[in-house]
Amino acid sequence: MRTLTFREAIREALREEMRKDKDIYLLGEDIGVHGGAFSVTQGLLKEFGEKRVKDTPLTESAIVGTAVGAAIAGLRPVAEVMFCDFFTVCMDPIINQAAKMRYMFGGKIKVPLVIRTTFGARLSAAAQHSQSLEAWFAHIPGLKVVMPSTPYDAKGLLKSAIHDDNVVLFFEHKYLYDKKGEVPENEYTVPLGVADIKRKGKDVTIVATGYMVQVVLSAAERLSKEKIEVEIIDPRTLAPLDKDTIINSVKKTRRLIVVSEEHKNCAVTSEVSATISEEAFEFLDAPVKRINTLDVPIPFNPKLESFVLPDEEKVIKGVRETLGYKFK
Amino acid sequence: MRVMSEKERLLEMYKKMVTIRRFEEKVSDLFSKGFIPGFVHVCLGQEATAVGICSALRKDDYITSTHRGHGHCIAKGADVKYMMAELFGKATGYCKGKGGSMHIADTDIGIMGANGIVGGGIPIAPGIAFAAREKGTDRVTVCFFGDGASSQGSFHESLNISAVWKLPVIYVCENNLYANTVPLIKQMNVNDVATKSKAYDIPGVIVDGNNVLSVFKEAEEAVKRAREGNGPTLIECKTYRWHGHYEGDPELYRSQDEVNQWKKKDPMVLFRSYLLKEIDIANKILDEIDNKVHKEIEDAVRFAKESPDTELSEALTDVFA
Repeated sequence: MRTLTFREAIREALREEMRKDKDIYLLGEDIGVHGGAFSVTQGLLKEFGEKRVKDTPLTESAIVGTAVGAAIAGLRPVAEVMFCDFFTVCMDPIINQAAKMRYMFGGKIKVPLVIRTTFGARLSAAAQHSQSLEAWFAHIPGLKVVMPSTPYDAKGLLKSAIHDDNVVLFFEHKYLYDKKGEVPENEYTVPLGVADIKRKGKDVTIVATGYMVQVVLSAAERLSKEKIEVEIIDPRTLAPLDKDTIINSVKKTRRLIVVSEEHKNCAVTSEVSATISEEAFEFLDAPVKRINTLDVPIPFNPKLESFVLPDEEKVIKGVRETLGYKFK
Repeated sequence: MRVMSEKERLLEMYKKMVTIRRFEEKVSDLFSKGFIPGFVHVCLGQEATAVGICSALRKDDYITSTHRGHGHCIAKGADVKYMMAELFGKATGYCKGKGGSMHIADTDIGIMGANGIVGGGIPIAPGIAFAAREKGTDRVTVCFFGDGASSQGSFHESLNISAVWKLPVIYVCENNLYANTVPLIKQMNVNDVATKSKAYDIPGVIVDGNNVLSVFKEAEEAVKRAREGNGPTLIECKTYRWHGHYEGDPELYRSQDEVNQWKKKDPMVLFRSYLLKEIDIANKILDEIDNKVHKEIEDAVRFAKESPDTELSEALTDVFA
């Protein structure tokens, strides 16, 4: 099977969907001529023209607001917010408008809107360009939050997001863009709301998101040499969360670790932990462990940045602690 | 669709103004008696802006509205029965009782929602206009907002993108001199909101917001400009609200004297006088309209009172399509 990079897979999803449906428009900063800050939309302006690939002014509120308005008036826009850190500038159209319009208006309208964004650290981009803010949106009824970790998932999930008649936030980890993976030539989609078992194991379940899936896979390979088999679950959709896949895994392994690049406090991983504690308590032989970024703004210095982020070593240490847990 | 005669159109405008007036008076009264939960923001005194603007629109044109949107909705053709039921939180309301006063919508007639966030609808209007154009229609979008909203960043972002993309949007500022409790002089460094249009090089006009025909005339021009693909306009309507920002507002920020001065410029009375004197319409005809409206409002209240409450299970529906 051929391989594509994460970036190419996303681009292919956009291209294929735009070819099929004339109502899909791309709006964002630098997405046209420049091809996108992370080169995702390269070539799309050439194929679809300025009509459907729009280089907007520097105006997050108006980019997202315009996308919302277009979505309720018959188009299927895909807006881009360059860094998730910039969502702070355009929260109202997302949280108070798009997420709530269908409900507030008694079901009269639908908001078929996709907002793509980048997130995550390890590029020394410092505090305002390195965050993982998915929890803000997972918290809001009316929003769906999707986070692929492989090129295959990225293409399939983006297609599903575009087909969905609701507001979907699509989080792309910056560090994954160059990562290659198998992507079939034929048409396929990955459903929203369904987790994926990225690695089967019997000793401990690790739920991981975004780039951390790769980190945990590496840690799992190392642990395997010590005969510790980790089962890795990638939720793929953070909201709505596929609880069943996680619970079924915990029934088998009895231990759960949740790993993300979010700050530990009030993250999506906190929600997974709470849910499993509530719904699978009897199956747990150890408390649910959370491995996240420290609760500090992300520092610029590369060594400091590494220090605050979750990594393979921290995951391995966490697995040992969880496996070694004894009730007092 | 048969085109209205001039006289018919004027009478239609009069009827709409009376409807807004009586509806808002009734809402204020019912709110004080505890029939309406939450907050209400009535637009008494501002009837001419809503009617003047919306009279220049087609049924398939769009509006985005504000927290003070009952007048906009009525002027655009909303049914007072379903509006009243919505305010009461009933199952028969426009939004099944799930939106309330600040979130009334009737997308069949282009009312794309009142809005509880000041400036919240402003960035959405260009998107609606964009879709209308991309779909090959000449539908225009009116974006209502107040003087206060013109300080929001979203106002500036919206005007900017509409200007750059030459979108068919008509921005209508109802300048009633107060943003909640703060007067104009503390809000902005220019005297007129219309001045702000200069930053985007779009036409900015000032009109007497209490003269429905003056408003209508400006609206017609702006609508024509938009429909012909010549981009947005900012229309500033100078007007005044008779009641506080919200029902129950102690109004510490203005004098009763000032309110009374403005009440002398009652847009409905002014228009009625105009119809009698300049258009030679009989008092009897206008009285008939008044009576008809009175009955419609009474019917709406009865409908709202007698309508069933929204089922609890509805709290869980309509989150996703």
